[in-house]
Amino acid sequence: MSVVDPAPRVLKVSRGTSDKVFRGVILAGALFSLIVLALISGFLLYRGFEVFKDFGFSFFTSTKWDAASEDGLIPASYGVAAMLVGSMVIAAIAVFVAVPFAMSVALFLEYYAPQRIKSVLVSILDLIASIPSVIWGIWGYTILMPHAAGWSKSLNHWLGWFPLFKVPAPIFERSPFIAGLLLAMMILPIITSVAREVYSQAPRDQIDAAYGLGASKWGTMRAVVLPFGRGGLVGGTMLGLGRALGETVAVYLVLNLVFKINFQILASVGGNVASLIAGRFGEATPYELKALMAAGLVLFVLTLFVNFIATAIVARSAKGPQ
Amino acid sequence: MQTLRQRVVVFAIAAAIASILYAVTGLDGLLGWYVAFALSTVVAVAVQSFFTGRKSLSDRIASAVITIGFATVVIPWISLVFTVINRGWKAIYWGFFTHDMLVNSMDEPLNMGGISHAIVGTCVIVGVATLIAAPLGIIAAIYIVEINGRAARFVRFLTQAMSGVPSIVAGLFIYSTIVIAVTHKNNGIAGALSLAILMLPTVARTSEEVLKVVPREVRDSSYALGATQLRTTMRVVLPTVRSGLITATILGIARVAGETAPLLLTSQYALRLTTNMFDSTMASMPTYIFGALRTGTELSLARAWGAAMVLIALIVILSIIARLFGGRTKGRK
Repeated sequence: MSVVDPAPRVLKVSRGTSDKVFRGVILAGALFSLIVLALISGFLLYRGFEVFKDFGFSFFTSTKWDAASEDGLIPASYGVAAMLVGSMVIAAIAVFVAVPFAMSVALFLEYYAPQRIKSVLVSILDLIASIPSVIWGIWGYTILMPHAAGWSKSLNHWLGWFPLFKVPAPIFERSPFIAGLLLAMMILPIITSVAREVYSQAPRDQIDAAYGLGASKWGTMRAVVLPFGRGGLVGGTMLGLGRALGETVAVYLVLNLVFKINFQILASVGGNVASLIAGRFGEATPYELKALMAAGLVLFVLTLFVNFIATAIVARSAKGPQ
Repeated sequence: MQTLRQRVVVFAIAAAIASILYAVTGLDGLLGWYVAFALSTVVAVAVQSFFTGRKSLSDRIASAVITIGFATVVIPWISLVFTVINRGWKAIYWGFFTHDMLVNSMDEPLNMGGISHAIVGTCVIVGVATLIAAPLGIIAAIYIVEINGRAARFVRFLTQAMSGVPSIVAGLFIYSTIVIAVTHKNNGIAGALSLAILMLPTVARTSEEVLKVVPREVRDSSYALGATQLRTTMRVVLPTVRSGLITATILGIARVAGETAPLLLTSQYALRLTTNMFDSTMASMPTYIFGALRTGTELSLARAWGAAMVLIALIVILSIIARLFGGRTKGRK
């Protein structure tokens, strides 16, 4: 019994000239983002190269940000260590505060809210996501800061023995804690929308099976929905982290720019790379401008890295856990 | 399930405990009362379900915590919207929309000077950014969905990477290229270019979702009639999703209309109403707010709130138009 498989017919598409041109033009347009990304890193490196060359690795480890003295005896000294640590501290506070709330908002919208008002609430969430950072900044500066300073005071009063909550002087305005709280509110919508998306995709049959076995609502959430959405939540959190690392104006308005590595989150000392650029840009000397370009490159690479990881995690968890 | 009566009883008990807490501890203000109420609600729910059956204890507490978590998140939203309207209202009079700040200073009474220059500046800058970014974003989406070539995943990856570019870096990039090397001064076109960088990924992402919704049959029938891919895309697919693409563009506009950081480095501030993008710096709503805030006097702050209200209104209106237009074609399968 020998059946000879007929060779599969090879499908060949021959495109006309107009289609070839069309596809070429569209591809060229689509690769524009590649050009922009390459140009950003290329130009910031080119402009900041002198600074990287002058300071070498100490650009990353030094906390000094001093211009050369008038008489030129003391040379300029630039390093982003303090601002880099500041960026991470603020972003960490923001994520730490935002994630539990984002989870509860996502669960509430998908499983607890009355279905009639759900779509209204989702629209409101989308609108909140589009509030510009300068408006969060002005609100944070005038409304949030007086309140948050009060909370900081009680935190320091009751938990002051904990190193994180110590302060060198009883001034509680413009601290990393307040900047982190404000950022938490700003990144909450993006974390929530990713979390909501993955929670809503939890398999219906497993949810019904859990209910069928007599699980309570919370039991079902814990056994089915939360494990299913874990990957997506991590990805959404990383997206929020990327946003928090690059935030400029809101942080600039509620944080004191001080060039010092500071882990006392209630103290009025801090800064991040983005607000450093915005704050120093106006009166920068040509050489300091180069240092700012170098700092911009560091920020660009950092956020790009965080976003790559986030995108990869979200893309993988969108298919569901294996 | 709880009856309505049980719920009312629980809330009443919680309110009573909250009032006692409020009186005894140092909590003050509406917010303090809310904190007390949130805590005592959890306690009251726990106590109640302890008596009605332990099995539901964790379930009831989880429901209470999740609902309270949501309510807590809403508080800053309400506060923000309320504050913007409440404080912004005071700065607004008819001339606020028709005057610029050329002859008036920030510290003059609120019935002098206005933000016409900032409104016009934002419209011109964002308009030009849209002219650049919207076609490129839609082209990227066409490549990913329609052509779906070898590089489709790569292009998608790139647009997502681009959406992560911090806004200040976009401004710094345009400053380091266009302003330093080409125009040699800060002007409106530099601002528009920096906003275009931030706008492109939003337009591309949304357009991609929109194009995906077009049924395969539509394309197949076009091909079956002998149309080329060029004609299929231009004459069949794109007209089908026109409103969706408009939505994508408007969402892109709403995304960048309030961007401050890149404009601080590129178009910066100005006092005079102008539509000339090449001549000198150009005013815009976000930088006006930022500048007024930094001036820091009572009257300049009032002006900042007024401009903030106008800016929020603009963005909300744009978002609503976008929704009405496209019905937000989200890829629900």
